[in-house]
Amino acid sequence: MAQAVAVTPPVAPRRRQARRWSGWGFVGPFMAVFALVFLAPIIYSIWLSVFRTQLVGGTTFVGLENYQRALQDDQFWSALGRVSAFLVVQVPIMLGIALLVALAIDSGRLYGRDFFRISIFLPYAVPAVVATLMWGFMYGTRFGLVGNINDALGVSLPNPLSPDLVLAAIGNIVTWEFVGYNMLIFYAALRTVPTSLYEAAEIDGAGQWQVIRAIKIPAIRGALVIATIFSIIGSFQLFNEPSILQALAPNAITTYFTPNLYAYSLSFSGQQYNYSATVAIIMGLLTMAIAYVVQLRGMRKEA
Amino acid sequence: MTTQSPTTPRPVRGPRLRQARPTSPRRGHRGSRPRRSPLLTVLTGIVLVYSLLPLAWLLINATKTQGDLFTSFGLWFGDSFALFSNIAATVSYDDGIFLRWFANTVLYVVLGAGGATALAVAGGYGLAKFDFPGKRGVFAVVIGAVAVPGTALAVPTFLMFSQMGLTNTPWSVIIPSLISPFGLYLMWTFAAEAIPRELLEAARVDGASELRTFVQICLPLLAPGIVTVLLFTMVATWNNYFLPLIMLKNPDWYPLTLGLNAWNAQAATAGGEAIFNLVITGSVLTIVPLVIAFLFLQRYWQSGLAAGSVKE
Repeated sequence: MAQAVAVTPPVAPRRRQARRWSGWGFVGPFMAVFALVFLAPIIYSIWLSVFRTQLVGGTTFVGLENYQRALQDDQFWSALGRVSAFLVVQVPIMLGIALLVALAIDSGRLYGRDFFRISIFLPYAVPAVVATLMWGFMYGTRFGLVGNINDALGVSLPNPLSPDLVLAAIGNIVTWEFVGYNMLIFYAALRTVPTSLYEAAEIDGAGQWQVIRAIKIPAIRGALVIATIFSIIGSFQLFNEPSILQALAPNAITTYFTPNLYAYSLSFSGQQYNYSATVAIIMGLLTMAIAYVVQLRGMRKEA
Repeated sequence: MTTQSPTTPRPVRGPRLRQARPTSPRRGHRGSRPRRSPLLTVLTGIVLVYSLLPLAWLLINATKTQGDLFTSFGLWFGDSFALFSNIAATVSYDDGIFLRWFANTVLYVVLGAGGATALAVAGGYGLAKFDFPGKRGVFAVVIGAVAVPGTALAVPTFLMFSQMGLTNTPWSVIIPSLISPFGLYLMWTFAAEAIPRELLEAARVDGASELRTFVQICLPLLAPGIVTVLLFTMVATWNNYFLPLIMLKNPDWYPLTLGLNAWNAQAATAGGEAIFNLVITGSVLTIVPLVIAFLFLQRYWQSGLAAGSVKE
C-alpha cells in the first residue's frame, strides 16, 4: 500500500456514510442466497403446515389441525421415541470415547500420536452412504464378517440387521463416523489450555487425574457443550443411515423409523406435503428447544 | 489467547487452528516431556483399530470377484486378485455411468463447495470487520438457522424448486449447497482474530478501496481459515445424500453417493442384477479422492497455520 496516497485528505462525510453500509457488500451475497435456501423454505413450510390438500375439495385452511394430528399420531411418536433412545445411548458413548481419545493424545504419552489423530479422524471423510453400505455388508450373514464368524466358530450370532438390533447397528455406524470429528474438537480445545496452568499444577504436586478433572475438563466445557448440541441435532435428524440400510434390512426399518424418514415418506411416497411439513416443523422446534436447554445448562456454571 | 472462555466461539474454530501444532516445534507444553505409556497406546489402539478395520475390510474386498465375496473370509484376500478387473468393470458398467456420476460429483463440489466458501469468507469478513445497520439481525438469523434441522427445509425447498422448474437439474443440488452457516461462523471468528483493525485503518488512510483491501491484504491473511472452510464444505458436498435424493430423479445427474446406493438397491429389486463387487469397488473409488484431498489440504493448512501462529 506504500504507493498509495501519502497525504490523506480528511474523510468526507459522504464517504463515511458509504462505509457505514459497505459491510453489506460483503455480507449481502451470503444473505441473499441464505434468504432463498433457508428463510423462504422455513416460511413456506409454516405456510404449508396450516393447510390441507385433498383431491376432492382442493386446499383449505385448517389452522393447527395438522399439529393436532401429529400429536395423536402413533407412528410419529414411535419415530420420536426411537431417536430419543438413540440420543440417550449413542451420544454419551460417542462423546465419551472421543473425549478419552482426545485426552490420551493430548497427554503426550502415546507412541505415534499424529498417526492416531489422523487415523481416527479419517472416517469423517467417508460418505455416510459408503459407511452405511460397508457396515451393512459386514453385518450381513451372507458375505459379511458376522457370517464369517458364525461359520468359523459354528455359532449363530444375533443378526445385527434384525428389527431388535438394527437401531444399535445404526448407532455403531454413526459412532464410527463421528468419533474422530468430536475427538478433534476436544483435542483442539485442550491445546488452548495455557501452559502456565500445568506448570502451576505441577508445582502443587497434582497428579494426572487431578489435572484432568480440575484443569482440562473445565477448560473444554465450551467444546463439550457444542459437540453435545451438534450430536443432538444429528440424532434428531437421523436419516441417511436408516434410509440406506433399508435396502439391506427391508423388514427391520419401517417407513416411519425416524421422524425424518417419516417426513420423507409422507411427502415423497404419500404426497402428503402439508402433514410432512408439520412433522418437520415440530422436529425443528423440538431440536431448537433441546439445544437451547443444553446450552443454558452447560454454560451456567461458567458465568 | 491466554484464557479460554466457553462463551467465545473458540472451541469450534479450534480443530483447524490447533491442527497446526504437531508440525510446529514441540511446545514445552509440560515442563518435562511426559513418559510414553505402552498401556495407554494399546488402549487407544482399540479405537484406532475400530476406525481403520472397516476401511481395511473395504479395501480387501475390492480385490474379490463376486463369487469370492460369498466364499472367502472377509478380512483376508480371496482366491483371485480382481481389483483391476473390478475397477475396469466399475467404470465401464452401464456405458460408464460411474464416470458420469464422478464428474457430476466434481461439478457439485467445485461449484457448491467453492461457492459456499466464497460466500462464507466474504460474509465472515464483513461481519467481523464492519459495523453496519442490521448486523445484529444477521447474527441472530444465522445463529438461529444453524439449529434448524436440514430436513425441516428439505420438503419445502423441494416444492419451491419444483415450482421454479429447478428440480432434476444440477442447480437444485448446487444452490442449497452454497450456504454453510457453520463456515460463515468459522470465518467470522477467524477473521476477527487474523486481521488487525489497525491494518484496515492503514489501508483506508492510504485510500485503498474496500474491495481492494479485502482481496490484496486480507485474503492472504485469511488463507488458513479459507482452506479449513473449503475442506469442510468439500466433505459436506461430496458426501451429500439427502439433498440429491429428493431433488434428482434422472440417474444422469446423480452424484456418486446416490449412484452407489442405486447399485446396491438394484440387487433387491426383482430381476435386478446383483453387483456387490462393483458397489464395493465403487465405494473405494468414491473415498480415495476425498482422503487424498483431506491429507493434502491438511498439510497445506498446517504449514499455513504454523506460519500464522508465530505470535503465540
